[in-house]
Amino acid sequence: MASILVSGVHKSFGSTIALDGLDLEVATGEVHGYLGPNGAGKTTTIRTLLGLLRADRGTVRLLDGDPWRDAVALHRRLAYVPGDVNLWPNLTGGEAIDVFGSLRGGLDRTRRDELIERFDLDPTKKGRTYSKGNRQKVALIAALASDVELYLLDEPTAGLDPLMEVVFQDVIRQLRDDGKTVLLSSHILSQVEKLCDRVSIIRLGKVVETATLLDLRHLTRTTIEADTREVPLGLDRLTGVHDVTISGHRVRFSVDSDHLDEAVRHLSTLGLGSLVSQPPTLEELMLRHYGDELAGNGREKVGQDR
Amino acid sequence: MTTTTTRPTPPVRPAQRAGGPLTGFGALLRLIARRERIRVPVWILAIAGLQSAGAAAYPGLYPDEADRQAQALIIGSNPAMKAMTGPGHGLDDYTFGAMMTNEYLGIAVIFAALMSVFLVVRHTRAEEEEGRAELVRANVTGSEAALSAALVAAVIANVALGAAVAIGMAALGIETIDWPGSILFGAAFSAVGIVFAAIAAVTSQVTQFSRAASGMAGALIGVAYLLRAIGDVMENGLSWLSPIGWAQATAAYVDNNWWPILLSLVVAAALAALAFRLAARRDVGAGLRAERRGVAEGSALLGTPVGLAWRLQRATVMWWAIGMFVFGASYGSAIDVIEDYAGNEVVADLIENLGGATLTESYLAMIMGILAIAVSIFAVTSALRPRREETSGRAEAVLATGISRTEWYASHLVISIVGSAAILLATGLGLGLAATGTSAGSSILGQVIPAMLSYAPAVWVVVGVALVLVGWAPRATLVAWIVVVHAFLMRYLGALLDLPEWMMSLSPFRHIASLPAEDFRALPVLLLTVLAVALIAIGLAGFNRRDVEAT
Repeated sequence: MASILVSGVHKSFGSTIALDGLDLEVATGEVHGYLGPNGAGKTTTIRTLLGLLRADRGTVRLLDGDPWRDAVALHRRLAYVPGDVNLWPNLTGGEAIDVFGSLRGGLDRTRRDELIERFDLDPTKKGRTYSKGNRQKVALIAALASDVELYLLDEPTAGLDPLMEVVFQDVIRQLRDDGKTVLLSSHILSQVEKLCDRVSIIRLGKVVETATLLDLRHLTRTTIEADTREVPLGLDRLTGVHDVTISGHRVRFSVDSDHLDEAVRHLSTLGLGSLVSQPPTLEELMLRHYGDELAGNGREKVGQDR
Repeated sequence: MTTTTTRPTPPVRPAQRAGGPLTGFGALLRLIARRERIRVPVWILAIAGLQSAGAAAYPGLYPDEADRQAQALIIGSNPAMKAMTGPGHGLDDYTFGAMMTNEYLGIAVIFAALMSVFLVVRHTRAEEEEGRAELVRANVTGSEAALSAALVAAVIANVALGAAVAIGMAALGIETIDWPGSILFGAAFSAVGIVFAAIAAVTSQVTQFSRAASGMAGALIGVAYLLRAIGDVMENGLSWLSPIGWAQATAAYVDNNWWPILLSLVVAAALAALAFRLAARRDVGAGLRAERRGVAEGSALLGTPVGLAWRLQRATVMWWAIGMFVFGASYGSAIDVIEDYAGNEVVADLIENLGGATLTESYLAMIMGILAIAVSIFAVTSALRPRREETSGRAEAVLATGISRTEWYASHLVISIVGSAAILLATGLGLGLAATGTSAGSSILGQVIPAMLSYAPAVWVVVGVALVLVGWAPRATLVAWIVVVHAFLMRYLGALLDLPEWMMSLSPFRHIASLPAEDFRALPVLLLTVLAVALIAIGLAGFNRRDVEAT
């Protein structure tokens, strides 16, 4: 069963197309990574899921409801952390947490206090005196202290220090163990690699890839570094092998996952001294989808991430 | 710096200029010019245009000297008119020029003051609050550059405004509205604008919030108008405490006194110096007072939509109630001298024209009409509060919880509706209690409280208009202010000019009976209430069907 089911959603702001036929499926009980650079449409997606924006076309289902029509009922079952948290300047952090909690229908006091402790937040300071990271903590604590089915987190740890990042990851794992569903929009790839069961990659308002990390890796290339006794010639004639660089008896190349077997077999005929194989990182996965943009250094203005 | 001479000093690079506190001033001034290239010219043209248009109407209204002299008698003998207009320069030879300086200047300069306050706050405290000042200060800019640039920009804008007014007046070619008088008339605009620019520079240092800074400076504009109103009616010199009083003391076209302009500039310079001293004592982004800690937990009330809305608007409602109480009380305390005017025969005619009301009643009616419109300023601010929550991104987080858009909006609406009624009540209390304390007005309290409250439906209509804009044209919510400005202009000009009835009847306040000078009319009160409800419903419908924006 899917907690989030989006199909063919279009949303534009004037002449700017933010979502361009977006399909997204988040299964119940999974931590789903939502990846994409600034302006790809991540925030627009989440705001549409919250019923704050109305999709121009397409269907959006959230916890078996329509987020536009059933907003209030659905909001009682989910918690949201915006990417850019703005607090009321004259309310303290503690008050803000309680405001969000009571408006959602109550929060777990013990868990609230425990999270304040773990995230090391001073709840007596006024909203205007908090740093970006501390404002983020307020929103995180308010969301994580509520017992709901679904968590929509939009770059939730932007501005948090590495220690808090560890706490965050720990809390999310705990949520997963409790069978909660999490949509985690992020561009911190290590975070996604550690937490997510599946990821969706969005580009120009469209999801271009949804898969488990393992599957994604199969779709791409592994980097091999090897020392051989003989001069490692002939690799570049094999199909699926790319970017071969040879210096003396040392070779480095990348190979498509489905041709790995032949390449390694060829290496072994050369007398292997050492072999290092690196699985593709999420960075490389992303680069595969976005590499052309980086090469062109920019692109037409499509999408709005804020 | 107390360094010892053992270390070799680095070579001085001659090309590098030493940075003073004003480094970057020119660049910042150009930045302001770029950002204001539309807004300030619009202000200037609107103010000068309104002024010229008003002046152009006079020869048609008062074609001969007898008409003008009759008007002089009405103004000179009616305390309510005096409170509204000015001290009465040139009443014995009431030329068109004298009419301008007496009937127009006091009100028109308020717009120059508003322009200046907004301009200075926008480029000082608002920049700091938004965090942009930090970027600027981290660049090669001196500590005093930003404030100096804002003040210089305000001076330039006000000089341009004065020139536009002077040219607009003199170019009309109306008899007695000559060049020397027009130049001084324009300079009076500039002087008031510059004084309030300096006042805004000070309030911007005191508080951390741009809205509070404009609010304080705006309240001081009100105080300046009030001081001269009371001073002019009671003739006790109180007007000399008011920058608006100084503008009127120029008696342009009558005596052409330039020294009040000089007085204004000296005061402005002193205030600016104070602002720089205060700025030097504080951190970027901070106010003058250190931040206090608060409670760690929210109360049960705060967790409800109305509780949250009340908490966010509480300070505004209370300050308005206190301020309007004081305003009402000041006008009320002047009631003693009103009947002193009753001795002369013109006043007897006047009372007859007003439908048999007494002078005190017509004074109260006029004052209350203006005070009620002042309350609609609160109404607009309060009705637009949800929009501010929306653009700041805070509404998004609240609406992502289990509260519907209607509930959220209604929670703020309750504060606007009940708050404006409460402020009207506070105004009436101030007016009534102060008047009761004097020998003249023993039974006034019972009259003014229902009278003030009878304006509530008109204020609610203003709330409704603001809501319709929020619902259907959220980017154009500033248009709501037009309703307030229009109501003020109609109230004021309606008494002076023969404006077409349709134009005046566009103001909701026009339809409420002027208690206690007129008899209460229930129908308009009822209809305006219905209209307000309808507008609110329409606005809410629009809000419920559009996107929540986070700009």
